[in-house]
Amino acid sequence: MRMLTWKYASPQYFYPLAGKMIPWFAALAVLFGVSGLWLGFFVAPTDAQQGEGYRIIFIHVGASWMSMFIYLVMAFWASIGLSFNTRLSSMMASALAPTGAMFAFLSLWTGALWGKPMWGTWWVWDARLTSELILLFLYLGFIALQAAIDEPRRADKAGAILALVGVVNVPIIYFSVKWWNTLHQGASVSLTQAPSMAKTMLLGMLMMALCFWMYSIAVALARVRAIMLERERNSEWVTQLKEVQS
Amino acid sequence: MNWNSPAEFFAMGGYGFYVWGSFGVTTLALLIEPLLIGKRQSEAVKSLQRELSAKERSQ
Amino acid sequence: MNAFSVLSAVVQRDLLVALRRKSEVLTTLFFFVIVVSLFPLGIGPEMDLLRKIAPGVLWVAALLATMLSLNRLFAADHADGTLEQMALAPVPLGLLVTGKVVAHWLVSGLPLVLIAPLLGLQFDLAPRALTVLMISLLLGTPLLSLIGAIGAALTLGVRGGGVLVSLLTLPLYIPALIFGAGAVEADISGLGAAGHLSLLAALLALAAFFAPWATTAALRIALE
Repeated sequence: MRMLTWKYASPQYFYPLAGKMIPWFAALAVLFGVSGLWLGFFVAPTDAQQGEGYRIIFIHVGASWMSMFIYLVMAFWASIGLSFNTRLSSMMASALAPTGAMFAFLSLWTGALWGKPMWGTWWVWDARLTSELILLFLYLGFIALQAAIDEPRRADKAGAILALVGVVNVPIIYFSVKWWNTLHQGASVSLTQAPSMAKTMLLGMLMMALCFWMYSIAVALARVRAIMLERERNSEWVTQLKEVQS
Repeated sequence: MNWNSPAEFFAMGGYGFYVWGSFGVTTLALLIEPLLIGKRQSEAVKSLQRELSAKERSQ
Repeated sequence: MNAFSVLSAVVQRDLLVALRRKSEVLTTLFFFVIVVSLFPLGIGPEMDLLRKIAPGVLWVAALLATMLSLNRLFAADHADGTLEQMALAPVPLGLLVTGKVVAHWLVSGLPLVLIAPLLGLQFDLAPRALTVLMISLLLGTPLLSLIGAIGAALTLGVRGGGVLVSLLTLPLYIPALIFGAGAVEADISGLGAAGHLSLLAALLALAAFFAPWATTAALRIALE
């Protein structure tokens, strides 16, 4: 088992494995997505207070969860790469960052579109939205730092330290924003605390979140493959690849 | 069933703009990202092929 | 040599270097003063409004001024190879880094604390609020130097480092901003600033423990 893990921890073996895994995760994403959308639009009843507008939460909640979860996973892989000097883990962290940033953006976008009819404004300095914005900044900082460093190993390590510092800071930031928000009498309506959440609503939300999860895995694997080719261009196994040979 | 007609479905009880604005942009983002990665992958492969053929020619 | 004498030696050396380049130190200070003075011009001279925005304006200006000075923290020592000698020295690099951060705060943080009440007067802050402002900056600016050191070390020798360091550190400064400006606001509105200030002190203690460690790791990566 241990040998097997080590084997697939090297880019040479992981590249074809990832290629085989991508279609499965993509198919799962489509499956969960279709069932989530069907539950969300055709089964879940109209909300008593928010009318049909509440249906935005089916993607908003999933996108917010993914944006936070991906940051943790990214920091995890980055720290593994930093402490065990495994190239693949660091590449995985770089591959996850753009997807995480995208979900943070989508969470803000859908939050704004939900806020306009419900709160009457596009943007409210609500604790959740504000923290999400800061999370987006943290993602952008990570991406910008890695993009600015030419030498890949240094980019990996510097990014890892930034991600770890960010992980330590995220709870502090969230707590401070929440504190700031309550002191300034912020909006008290929350997107996820819709009163009397019907079971089908919850299930639809869960399905959409699973769809985003599977999508993120598929996309991260696809991106990590591209990164491997770019980084390992001088190694033997890359030149032996079928797609490169033809 | 929540909807009696397609028009009602698209109107979303008056929230059509907000609901479809959210779902539309999300769908678009989830479609564009894989396309961009596909492009990045094929560019990486192409540049590797160029490098390989240049090496062969020089030998 | 014990730890304290190493620390004071580094601080003394950096202060001496800073004294030779007075203009750089003064630039940071002037930047702070000018940014703060621009706000009334942009917003209008109503004293009620100015009193309300004063804590936020002063704190945001302090954030920006500290950030401007971050590039100096390691850049000169990196350019002339001193930093590499420090990394090879028999004393722990973390100690030297702490010394440099302390010197950075003395040069670019402390002057902000001292001049802040003067600027607070322009915004018609009450004497008590001015005291709270000073205390909050006294606790907050070392925190900014400590966190900023991580960003400065990460972007050392990286192209576009000056802009990049702001992108990296400003989001991390947000808790300091919230509790620092919040302390002054809480005092003005009669809620009492003790809660905010103790949280700020807790953050400072946390950063003093972790930030030099992260900065050292980032420096070692930059020097590889």
